[in-house]
This record gives sequence, structure tokens and C-alpha cells, in this order.
Amino acid sequence: MALSGLISRDRNSWIAYALTGTVLGMIGVAYAAVPLYQIFCSATGYGGTTREATDNPKGAIAREMTVRFDSNVDNGLPWKVVPARPITDKVGAVDTINFVATNLSDKVVTGHAIYNVSPEIAGSYFNKIQCFCFTEQTLQPGETVQMPVVFFVDPDLDKNQDLDTIKDITLSYTFYASDNEGS
Amino acid sequence: MANAEATNLEAHATGHDGASHDHGHPTGWRRYVYSTNHKDIGVMYLVFAIFAGVVGGLLSGAMRMELQEPGIQIFHGLAAMAYGVEGDAAIDAGKHMYNVFTTAHALIMIFFMVMPATMGGFANYFAPLMIGAPDTAFPRINNIAFWLLPPAFILLVISMFVEGPSGHMGVGGGWTMYPPYSTTGQPGPAVDFAILALHVAGVSSIMGSINLITTIFNMRAPGMTLHKMPLFAWSVLVTAFLLLLSLPVLAGGITMLLTDRNFGTSFFKPAEGGDPVLFQHLFWFFGHPEVYIMILPGFGMVSHIISTFSKKPIFGYLAMAYAMVAIGVVGFVVWAHHMYTTGLSLDVQRYFVAATMVIAVPTGVKIFSWIATMWGGSISFRTPILWAIGFIFLFTIGGVTGVVLANAGVDRSFHDTYYVVAHFHYVLSLGAVFSIFAGWYYWSPKMFGVMYNEKLANAHFWIMFVGVNLVFFPQHFLGLAGMPRRYIDYPDAFAFWNRVSSVGYYITFISMLVFFAVLIEAKIRNRRAGDNPWGEGATTLEWTLSSPPPFHQFSTLPEFDDTKAH
Repeated sequence: MALSGLISRDRNSWIAYALTGTVLGMIGVAYAAVPLYQIFCSATGYGGTTREATDNPKGAIAREMTVRFDSNVDNGLPWKVVPARPITDKVGAVDTINFVATNLSDKVVTGHAIYNVSPEIAGSYFNKIQCFCFTEQTLQPGETVQMPVVFFVDPDLDKNQDLDTIKDITLSYTFYASDNEGS
Repeated sequence: MANAEATNLEAHATGHDGASHDHGHPTGWRRYVYSTNHKDIGVMYLVFAIFAGVVGGLLSGAMRMELQEPGIQIFHGLAAMAYGVEGDAAIDAGKHMYNVFTTAHALIMIFFMVMPATMGGFANYFAPLMIGAPDTAFPRINNIAFWLLPPAFILLVISMFVEGPSGHMGVGGGWTMYPPYSTTGQPGPAVDFAILALHVAGVSSIMGSINLITTIFNMRAPGMTLHKMPLFAWSVLVTAFLLLLSLPVLAGGITMLLTDRNFGTSFFKPAEGGDPVLFQHLFWFFGHPEVYIMILPGFGMVSHIISTFSKKPIFGYLAMAYAMVAIGVVGFVVWAHHMYTTGLSLDVQRYFVAATMVIAVPTGVKIFSWIATMWGGSISFRTPILWAIGFIFLFTIGGVTGVVLANAGVDRSFHDTYYVVAHFHYVLSLGAVFSIFAGWYYWSPKMFGVMYNEKLANAHFWIMFVGVNLVFFPQHFLGLAGMPRRYIDYPDAFAFWNRVSSVGYYITFISMLVFFAVLIEAKIRNRRAGDNPWGEGATTLEWTLSSPPPFHQFSTLPEFDDTKAH
């Protein structure tokens, strides 16, 4: 009796430890989801996440695409940002446009931009070669700067049936103040 | 080392056994506060669930009174009373207070009513009895798990009386707690209190699950293999695994909220590279299994009740058991059907539509097997089977609207409307709650040894059946007409069905008074229930014991006779 009780107690603890391990593992999974989600977004263009590239080896195709630009500025950032005019070009052509940012305050202000494209499934075809959004921008009091974006739309977009009817892609930026704001 | 530890355990085991024989049972408050007895703990869970259900029900009463007419009826007054504000400030506070009520109603009903009733109360009390175990595997963990719930509940109540958004009290972001409203939108400590409440309630549920899984794996009577185990024990086993796998993800997600709010992390802050939609993924990875956590124990109870009162073994026992496993497994891979409007790609939507609809298959297996159990049975329409049939009927309606909502295209239009509210109240408020009442009327004679007045209990059923249907069926119409959820006010066009819905609430309220009348009448009359009040159909092991069961049961393990298995 004592022996059988002992064995089942050992088995009880073994199961309890295994289940506790499962719980800790699932907490780990929840935290692992954070980097995995970012990797997933940039791999698939999920949520309109764009790609980075150095050039376009595939060349341009006949289909045309209008790219529109949009800028939003968070309340905490005393900037005015004027987006570039829409640009229509062949899919695959490398284009350069400029956003114009002005620091409206009398302080040195550092900001940065986050971005995505719409429709979101076009994100994985939208390649940036150069972008002000890759780094933080610091503007002197009252300074106005041109902020260039060099980009192209991957011609493989033409093969995606979900995007057959798409004639416009909108690239949207939201500007935020960086934490290490100049004084 | 291992030997020394084992000897310790053995000594401890012997000592404990000796003690319990020498000193008899603990009495008075010690019996409950220090309780390691699965039956006492189960009863405490049920009492707690009834208490929380009353609180949550009264919150929804305030909501229905508010929505009875267009315009703002009562919440500015409530806000004036509770927070001492006047005039326009009272109206603003009232609007927020309405959202606090919806949030608290949901959290209380989910974490402090349904889960304590099913996985705390009935599972603790009856899973060990059904498998022929003397108690649960870890009685002290069982005690801690229960006693974590009242502090969790108190934390949630505190959150209603501290600042949430600036100038207002309480958490008003809904039970889903989506950022950014739960992070930057409500800087006050209310959200922190609510998060901590969920943490504590979550730890409680996880401890309870570990205890129940170990009990079911390790302590079944000789001869009772998993494939001969009663379906309620199966449902508890599956549910405990769902809790074990999903709650830690919620805990992780809300911990990220907490650190985003207080410690400068940026999991969900877009300004610093985070993504608020990630929270929705984490939340619903927990949230969808959670809805099965609430309903699966009900499935188990209903199976026993249908079988008992049809005097037939359950139709398709193995299919019933594995249907629950299948629902549990598939339930983990359908979460994004709550997020069709967050910009999922078409292929992702196609997958989640298909996967969601697949769940209708095992669920259909269960519905049809219950009907097939009744088919040709010698049915006696005692109170528990009324509730069980009511459950099947209402759960099926909720299931059908669920299949409607599973369609991404349809959901685009129904998302966050009262159609969704009607859907999940049909499966939960009507489904899960009806299964809880079915279980209560089935097992309370066993738990307390006292038989209730069946006429009164049937009246409870019929009044509540009419009431809740009147509350929620019109909400389908409101949703189809485009009425959004979580607003204190609505256009006049929605007035009629809102009024009907509110009248339904009052009828439901009366039915709850009848429920308490059933309890009081049973206590006063004190009719002895007998060991087995339900006759030959009740074949599971708990009916072989006295009513109420002895403080310690099965000191000699019962032999399991599988010819009588459900």
C-alpha cells in the first residue's frame, strides 16, 4: 500500500513538473511570437511591411502603377511633413521622390518614421533602395530638409492575381519624436 | 538523493493518513479556509461562481436599463452617485462608466462565473468521484487555486474605482484590452489592476488544470482506461489542457501590456517599432480556446444528463470523446477569425474561414449524438434534462450564427455589431449557463443530499428560457440592421428591439429570483434525495455513494464495471 502510494506520488510530481514546464514553455512561445511576428511580417509583407533592396535586377515591365505618398505626424513631434506628389511609372522602374520636412519649433528635434503600404498585400513587392526612414532624422530649429526615397515596385507583382485590379499603391509614413530628443 | 526524498514523501504520506484518522474532520471556518478536500473546494467554487454571477448579472442589468430607450437614461446618474460628478461631467463619466460595465461584465462572467463553476466547481467535485479517486492529486494546490480567485476578483473590483483614462474611473476597453487604448489611452492604474486580476485568476486556473490533469491521468479506478472514462472527465481533461496551453499566452500578452505601460517596453507601440495588431494575435490565440474552455465541460455534463434521463448509454461514446479533443485541437488554429478586419491577406482569410467551419463538424457530431441518445430512449423529463435540451437547442442556434460569422466576407459587415453579441451570448450566456444549471439540478441532490422542488425548478427553466431568448434573439436583428456594440446610445431606429431585449432581461432577472427560491425551498423542506434520485439511467460512480458523499470516499478503490460504462 505504502509502496503503491509512493509510486503514484512520484508519477504525480512527474506529471506536475511536465505540465508546469508546458506552461513556462507557452509563456516563452508568447514572447517568442514578438520577434517571429516581425520576421513573418517582413518575409511575407504582412500588414504592408515593405522590402529593402540595393537595385532592381528584374527590369521594368509594361504595366503601369501609380504610387501615392502620405505623411502623418504624431502630436509629440513639432514637424510639418509634406509628402511627395503621386508618381506614375512602369512597374519595375526605379524612382526617386522627396518628402519635405520642416521643424516648426525653436529646438533641435530628432524624429523617425514608421511606414507601410496599402494595399497591404502589395507590401512584399514594394522595395526601397534608399529611405530617410532607415535612420533617425535631426532637424535644427526652423530647418527644412528634403528627405528622399528611392524605390521600385517588383515586377513579380504582375503575377499575383490578388493584385490584378490594383492601379495605385500608397506609401504612408507616420513620424514620431525619438526618445533622445535634442534640448 | 532521490531515495531520501522518496522516503520523506512516504513518511509524509503515512503521517498524513494517520492524522486524518486521529483528529476527524476539520470544522468551522478551518474546514473551508484550510480545505484540501476536493468536494468542499468544489462547493466553495460554486458558491463563488453564484456570487460572481449575481454581480455580473446586475452589471448587465444596468446596461439593459440604459439601452432600453435611446438617449442616456441612468449612467449619468450612476456616475454622479459613484464618483460625485455633476452635469456634463456626469454624462461624460457615465459614457465611460457604461464601457466599464461591459468590460467588467465580460471579465466577471468569464473568469469568475463560468470558469469557476465548470472547471472549479463541477470538475473538482465530480471528476474525482467519476473516476473513482479518493481526492485530487494535489489537494493543497487545489486549495491555493481556489483562494487565489477572491483576491483576483477584488483586484478587478478595485480597478473600477481607480482612474483609467484621464479623468475617469475604471477600465473601459472591453475584455479584449486591445492596445493602444489599453496602453496610452488609459494611463491611470485601472488597467494595471485589471491585468493583475487576470494574472492571478490565470495562475489559479493553471494550478487547477495541473491538478485535474494529474488526477485524471494518475488516479483512475482499476479497470477504468481512458477509453472507458466518463465523458465529463474527458471534457475536463481536454479543457484543462486548453487552459494549460492558452492561458500562458494571455499571461505573456498582458504582461507585455503591463511593461509597455509601466516599464518603457514597446511591444505594441508603433512609434518604437512595435505592432498593436500583435496583441490581437496573442489575445485571440488565448481567446478562442477560452470560448471552448467555457463550453466543453458543459458538453460533458449534458452528455451525462441526456444519457441518464433517456436511460440509454450515450450514443457514439468514443466519437463524443474525440470530438471534444478535435474541438480543442482545431480551436487553437482559428484565432484570426476574430480579426478579419485587421487587413489579413485573402489567402489567410480563406484559411481561417475554412478552419473555423471545420469546427462545425465535431460540434455537429456531438449535437447529433445527443439527439441519437434521446432517440428511442425512455425519456423522463425531469428538471436536468429540460436544461440539457434547452442547452442543445440554444447552443445550436449560437453555432449556426457562428458558421455565418465564420465567413470573412459576411463578418466584414457584422464585425463589432450586435449580431456578434447575440451569437456569443447564445453559445455562452445561454449555452454554457444552461449547461451549468443543468449540472446544478443534476448534481445538487448529490452534493447536498437534498432534493429541490421540481415544479419550481422547471418554472426557473421556462422563465429563464423565455427571458434569455427575448434578450438575445432581437439582438440578431439589431446587428443585421447595423447597430454597433459597446456604445451607450443608439439611433431611434433601433429602439423597438432594444426595448424587447431589455424586457427579456427583467424576465431573466425574475427567473434568477426563482432560482434562489428553489435553493431556499429545498433548504427549508430538506427532502432527502437518496443515493441515486435519478434511477437506473444514472450509472456513473458518484451515484454509488451516499448523498452527500462521505468526507473521504473510495478508501478501498471501486472496481470499475465497464458493462455499465457511459
